[in-house]
Amino acid sequence: MSQLWFWILAGCAAAYAIKMLGFLVPEKILENEKVTRAAGALTIGLLASLTMVNTVANGTSVSFDARIGALVAAAIALLLRAPFLVVVIAGAGAAALLRWIGWG
Amino acid sequence: MTPATKIGLSIAVATGLYAISYGALGVAAGLNVFQVSALSLLMFTGGSQFAFIGVIAGGGGPGAAFGAATLLGVRNAVYGMQIKSMIRPKGWRKLAAAHVTIDESVATASGQVDPAEQKRGFWVAGLGIYVFWNIFTVVGALLGDALGDPKAWGLDGAAVAAFLGLLWPRLKSAEPVAIATVCALATILVIPLVPPGVPILVAAVVSGVWGYLGRGPAQEGLEPDIEPHAGERGKP
Repeated sequence: MSQLWFWILAGCAAAYAIKMLGFLVPEKILENEKVTRAAGALTIGLLASLTMVNTVANGTSVSFDARIGALVAAAIALLLRAPFLVVVIAGAGAAALLRWIGWG
Repeated sequence: MTPATKIGLSIAVATGLYAISYGALGVAAGLNVFQVSALSLLMFTGGSQFAFIGVIAGGGGPGAAFGAATLLGVRNAVYGMQIKSMIRPKGWRKLAAAHVTIDESVATASGQVDPAEQKRGFWVAGLGIYVFWNIFTVVGALLGDALGDPKAWGLDGAAVAAFLGLLWPRLKSAEPVAIATVCALATILVIPLVPPGVPILVAAVVSGVWGYLGRGPAQEGLEPDIEPHAGERGKP
């Protein structure tokens, strides 16, 4: 089994175990406000970081290219209350267009 | 059809279609169709799946991808507790309920007031999304395979938009915006200093500690409306 397959299956097992944890542990533990707040903040922080990494990371260097255009286009689509799929298509379209005209 | 069934179905279709972009991005990141599908069948929590392929696409190792995906799934434990107290599944149903405990099914259930409707909303959204999500994952993966050069189609831009779309509905007040901004800046700062994939884990530590020590409302970042703006029609 390849390394990639191993981590995929490990990730699947971990994801299910975490979901099940909520059904198994006594409510008092997870109802703790600090734990709930940490879980919420963690979700926000991870998604913000993933957005940034996918926008500017190029291995271990930071580069500003057509993906910036995708970020702006997606933000505009979200401000205009577009559905999810339209937001994604706007991002792809902006990046493709900017590359086609020769930038990034 | 009851209101909860209707909402659950419409959310299932909309969310399921979103899997087209996940599937296409997955193969663009270098996973094969079976690996992309395995994540949809077995991991089945969209944010974590996007995180896994997002780290790989950025040059990170599978271990870092596992870390990012697992941490992003932590909120599902809180959801599990909420669903347990809301619909109290028994026996094998508990095993199935855990698997379909995700943002969308929890949001659908908690948008209802009547316990029977909560139950219906949870199962229709959860199982419906499971079916559509897996079908459209395969469609997206095959499409991505056929596209050729992912960059020419702007697929890396699609990934950026996908993550912003997942983040957006959670930015409902000043504190989430502050957390997101600080984590974004911390990420840019550490990208040149650590191996690919690790900046995301740095942001996880920053935001986790922030949340644990913070004083804001406990629900921030949890239970967003699924489609960024479905709240208006999804809630009673």
